[in-house]
Amino acid sequence: MIYLDNAATTQISDDVIKAMVPYFSEKFGNPSSIYSFGSNVNKVIEESRNIIAQIIGANPKEIIFTSGGTESNNLAIIGIAQEIHKKDSKKNHIITTKIEHPSVLNTFKHLESIGFSVDYLDVDSDGVVDVEQLKDLVTENTIFVSVMHANNEIGTIEPIEKIGSFLASLKHRVYFHVDAVQTYTKVPIDVKKANIDLLSISSHKIHGPKGVGALFVKKGVSLKPLMFGGPQERSMRPGTENVSGILGFSKASEIAFKDMEKNNKHMISLRNKLIDSIEKNISDVILNGAKGDMRLSNNVNISFKYVEGESLLLYLEMEDIFVSTASACSSKKLEPSHVLLAIGRPHEFAHGAIRFTLSKYTTTEEISKLLDILPPIVKKLRDMSSIDKDTDMTKFKETDEHV
Amino acid sequence: MNMYSEKVMDHFKNPRNVGELKDADGVGTVGNPICGDVMTIYIKVKDNIISDVKFKTFGCAAAIATSSIMTEIAKGKTLEEAEKITKADVASNLDGLPPQKMHCSNLSSDALHLAIENYRKTKEKK
Ligand SMILES: Cc1ncc(COP(=O)(O)O)c(C=O)c1O
Ligand SMILES: [Zn+2]
Repeated sequence: MIYLDNAATTQISDDVIKAMVPYFSEKFGNPSSIYSFGSNVNKVIEESRNIIAQIIGANPKEIIFTSGGTESNNLAIIGIAQEIHKKDSKKNHIITTKIEHPSVLNTFKHLESIGFSVDYLDVDSDGVVDVEQLKDLVTENTIFVSVMHANNEIGTIEPIEKIGSFLASLKHRVYFHVDAVQTYTKVPIDVKKANIDLLSISSHKIHGPKGVGALFVKKGVSLKPLMFGGPQERSMRPGTENVSGILGFSKASEIAFKDMEKNNKHMISLRNKLIDSIEKNISDVILNGAKGDMRLSNNVNISFKYVEGESLLLYLEMEDIFVSTASACSSKKLEPSHVLLAIGRPHEFAHGAIRFTLSKYTTTEEISKLLDILPPIVKKLRDMSSIDKDTDMTKFKETDEHV
Repeated sequence: MNMYSEKVMDHFKNPRNVGELKDADGVGTVGNPICGDVMTIYIKVKDNIISDVKFKTFGCAAAIATSSIMTEIAKGKTLEEAEKITKADVASNLDGLPPQKMHCSNLSSDALHLAIENYRKTKEKK
């Protein structure tokens, strides 16, 4: 199997599994218990908090463990919006970008539906957010701004330091949330230097277990919790802790942080080889997302014109190669990826986009094998395709419904 | 395996009758590249019978498989029989399609019916 969908999820590393196992069996105590069989387990949680805090330049008290990136984003966004609006009802404006992960976008849509006023920032053709537009849109009633550190589909890294320093320079307080799920332990971050108030991270993207993540909440920032219960996680996230998950997350963080430079170097060299060879050997392809340093080390996203992504994906699956596509003609409203539309790709090219995402485990041999297999598959599908570069696309009008 | 039946995967992997018919008697194109599926069906007609069918499709596995099976179903049928082919026939010949992909099977019957209509119209003009 050649697994090239590491932005979706990753293989848990053996060291992480090994560290977790005792907390399913002999060390099963409840961390809230007073006797040492339980409180020893609590130590593990506090050590994990230390490890993760250090990696992002935070204080351990500023880390809240959650069930993953989705919950961290929800807690940050809903928590800060409701907290501030409750204190000052004039404040009802929130800002994000058009290319966020659904766990941010749909949370904004929810807040919009209950009366908050929302602006969605444009991005340029590389997917870089428009900071000047942000400067125009911020008002005294703006509660917070949420911008992802890097996009999960096209891998573009956003200028969050620039946004953070702009927001910090304002006379009125505008909070800053960053979804760093795709960059954590790939792009270095210092929450203090970047003027970040809230930062979401997730374990299963970095060779840790699924269902665990964290939210950095800067000291002094208070959030309205999503759930109510016991005193765990300073009551911001009550409920008996996912001990083995938290430990697995911190172990995975430790390993990934230690090897960050080495892993990035490895993935960048494979990433560039993949992009360069596809561009050289297959005609009519477009790289989606930024080039060079502005691109995530493990992301390749390419539109193969005149073929449809799902077909390409399934032909690759027959060769035991796993990739991803954001487009799927699976619903009545056949919208291709909101990210590809936001960077200005025409629908028909957005439908032909394939995302290949690498990990530290990806080998040169695997990339070479993919590069051998890919051109004949693209050719077969293009030979079959009813559209090509001579097709007059203007004869097809945009319709809402798929007929 | 994925969400598709073996039959769908077989037609997707080894599509039958791919290509164009340069001297086609009828041509039908349906779908929209904006939605992600575009299908063209070419027919040859001899003595009121579909003597040859070919297709070209830009689209998902379901769109390709339904185009392919459609060419097999339609070949050798009279025009009247071919006009009665429904999307349900197409889906059942493929041992079913996932519910969210049913619209793709509409496309191939629509494309065939358009090709027959196109044949009848050009014949009238002659
Ligand atoms: C940018 C981004 N944010 C949030 C998430 C959600 O994280 P989780 O799967 O841990 O809920 C993902 C994962 O798909 C992501 O890529
Ligand atoms: Zn389809």
